[in-house]
Amino acid sequence: MNAKIADRIATAVFVLIALLLVFILVGLVGYLMWRGLPHISWHFLTSPPAFSEAGGGIGPQLFNSIYVLFLTMLLTVPIGVGGGIFLAEYAGDGWLTRFLRSAIEVLSSLPSIVVGLFGLLVFVQYTGWGYTILGGALALMLFNLPLMVRTSEEAIRSVPRDQKEASLALGVSHWRTITSVLLPSALPGIVTGAILTAGRAFGEAAALMFTAGMSSSRVDFTDWNPFSPLSPLNPMRSGETLAVNIWKVSSEGLVPDAREIAAGASALLVIVVLVFNLLARFLSRWLYKKMTASSS
Amino acid sequence: MAELKEARDAARYHIAPEGKTVLNVRRLNLFYGKKQALFGVDLDVYKGEVLALIGPSGCGKSTFLRTLNRLNDLIDGVRIEGEVLWHGENIYGEGQDLIEIRKRIGMVFQRPNPFPLSIYDNIAYGPRIHGIKDRKRLDEIVERSLTQAALWDEVKDRLHASALGLSGGQQQRLVIARVLAVEPEIVLMDEPTSALDPISTSRIEELIGMLKKRYTIVIVTHNMQQAARISDRTAFFLNGYLIEVAPTPVLFQTPQKKETEDYITGRFG
Repeated sequence: MNAKIADRIATAVFVLIALLLVFILVGLVGYLMWRGLPHISWHFLTSPPAFSEAGGGIGPQLFNSIYVLFLTMLLTVPIGVGGGIFLAEYAGDGWLTRFLRSAIEVLSSLPSIVVGLFGLLVFVQYTGWGYTILGGALALMLFNLPLMVRTSEEAIRSVPRDQKEASLALGVSHWRTITSVLLPSALPGIVTGAILTAGRAFGEAAALMFTAGMSSSRVDFTDWNPFSPLSPLNPMRSGETLAVNIWKVSSEGLVPDAREIAAGASALLVIVVLVFNLLARFLSRWLYKKMTASSS
Repeated sequence: MAELKEARDAARYHIAPEGKTVLNVRRLNLFYGKKQALFGVDLDVYKGEVLALIGPSGCGKSTFLRTLNRLNDLIDGVRIEGEVLWHGENIYGEGQDLIEIRKRIGMVFQRPNPFPLSIYDNIAYGPRIHGIKDRKRLDEIVERSLTQAALWDEVKDRLHASALGLSGGQQQRLVIARVLAVEPEIVLMDEPTSALDPISTSRIEELIGMLKKRYTIVIVTHNMQQAARISDRTAFFLNGYLIEVAPTPVLFQTPQKKETEDYITGRFG
């Protein structure tokens, strides 16, 4: 077979693979939208689920998902970026670093259900909190930390070495060099890591079933004091998220419109993740411009 | 001729006129892990001179330059023996202020490396971090540094545009201005023109001629003509040894060592 034909075949194969990927994505998202969109309405988004009759919504679940995500990111991003800075800038090449790296690798390959069961033991039973949003966020933090650490480390390492040397050679300390040269340049990469993390957190069910619980406690959306037991912001209440709700409704739902609710919630989940992606990308570009362009 | 002989003796035996040296390197050995890269280098840098370091690739000239502001500290496994005396104090001694050393012994790199900031912020970066907050003083520093680096007229109308929009030669002058903004005493240059076109190169060379009135300059160069054009003294490195150092015309016209002669006549390297 001559080189030209081989080249053509290879090109055709790669184009086919690319088309297949696009087809799967479009097909999947299209199907979800086709099934779910007709069911999404303002009423569906804001009202609580019904017990046995049709017409219930997913309002509290949607709120819980966003709240769990918020708490998770609040915990994951600072610790993850800190870990990334440590590995990229301070950890040498000793046995401790190698041990740390393999620990992170093992942690990142743990199945989420195992993380969920660990969360059940520690954040639910050992602490005596019961099912709480905070416990769910902590479990998700464990689940997402390795990814966040690794993407931050890579983002910092990918900043050209001469930028760092230029700053150090001006008599700027290592720490100030990190905060004023390395982190701004690494920011787009770090935000990408945070998006990946957030997407995983938003769609995660297994790690949350046994930590944040499978029921949403009664909440009063007019009470925003985080210490009041009925407040939606109280992190010590149980809070079923959207992804957990999809699993519950489709496996043991009693309402007659369980399938429609699951379809609507799935479509919503995909839309929120997409919107979140776009927003974060926009934010990253905006932040990069703001931190690197002129100061006045 | 007597003057020439005196200058040569001074260079060879490290006799500088009283109080005229700023750096004295003594018996400097440098190791990358087990591999030794510099062998017992003794070299003085005189106040207000341009000292060129020449030699073939891998001869240790850049490594040597980076020991003068302790930039080799960053590399894992580097070990240094001997002394680098800066006004009589060993910069590798205990309790030395690395920040002060690097502020006063600045460095310009091979590739222009402006930060992805505006022209103004690039220059103001060092002074700001070293505690100057006053806008007026910063403005003055920026104008003075850019003027000294012969860049002010070209950029004064777009100080707040990104530095990455400048040409390579302009970027290199910007980087020099950034170093001048923290008021160094010595400026180290590591092949500052090797990534530039001939016109930009000659502008940088002119600039070096102007800067030596106020600063001491140690420059590594690949280009022997460049060393001949711009430097007062030249040091020739080979395989980690300092072979010979002499006033530039002396070194190029009457080298004392065979290795130097072979190199400058183009027999190797």
